[in-house]
Amino acid sequence: MSAFFAMGGYGAYVWPAYALFFLVLAADYLAPMLRRRRYLRDIRARLARRSRSS
Amino acid sequence: MNTLTLWFHKLGSPPSFYRFAHVLRPWLLTLALIAGVVALYGGLVLAPPDYQQGDAYRIIFIHVPSAWMSLFIYAVMAVAAFVALVWRMKLAEIVAMECAPIGAAFTFITLATGSLWGKPMWGTWWTWDARLTSELVLLFLYLGVLGLFHAFEDPRRGARAAAFLVLIGIINLPIVHYSVEWWNTLHQGTTVRILGPSKIASSMLWPLLLMTLATKLYFGASLLGRASTALLSLERGKGWVQDLARGDTA
Repeated sequence: MSAFFAMGGYGAYVWPAYALFFLVLAADYLAPMLRRRRYLRDIRARLARRSRSS
Repeated sequence: MNTLTLWFHKLGSPPSFYRFAHVLRPWLLTLALIAGVVALYGGLVLAPPDYQQGDAYRIIFIHVPSAWMSLFIYAVMAVAAFVALVWRMKLAEIVAMECAPIGAAFTFITLATGSLWGKPMWGTWWTWDARLTSELVLLFLYLGVLGLFHAFEDPRRGARAAAFLVLIGIINLPIVHYSVEWWNTLHQGTTVRILGPSKIASSMLWPLLLMTLATKLYFGASLLGRASTALLSLERGKGWVQDLARGDTA
């Protein structure tokens, strides 16, 4: 198992490359999801304000 | 109208696109994850070390699919930009603009993983070689498209202005692709060929191709998520979005 993580001495290059790949793609995927939740919350807040004022 | 144009028009309507994206996105992501995990197992565990590069070559399984995606996404963005400029289709503008951050992400991954590969193999993190430089220009093109898009108050005007830049930037695609043939570069030449035999063992080829499929599926999922979010923002005054906001408690 430790031989697997050592990657024949190149572990210090191989693993950061894979970590970067997954972190960048996870951020790419989650950012618009969070933005969408914020939009929906804003729209709901606006609708609630409008129904109160009328 | 025949069925295909009818389907196209239906998909072009924002509420049906939103529903379509909502249903399809989790499937694409699940398939991408399954393909990605199997490809990783094949690439990191099953494939033998390279006879010249040892285990360092294993970066290939993310570097090469990402590099292909950086070009593929630009091509998709260019088609959408063309449709947006010619037919002024709202959804095409959105697709073109939402391609840019995903393309930038894959281009960044390509450059960074290439750098991590270059250090042990070439002895340097970076060199102003034709392949590396043209890929860096690709990253700047993606960022330029995003910058131009966000420089306008009105997102639809911004999208059309940025679509012009997308079309001009197409010139860089063949430069990136052929750079290893046109110039004497440090970057290694083409290994995987569509025409003719690939110069790679099949135990290394299948994880590479499966990872390529995984990144394509991932791109589909990410694009649908981004496009539906952008659509929601653009149409926030419309009834269908307000109905959605009332029903959605997330």
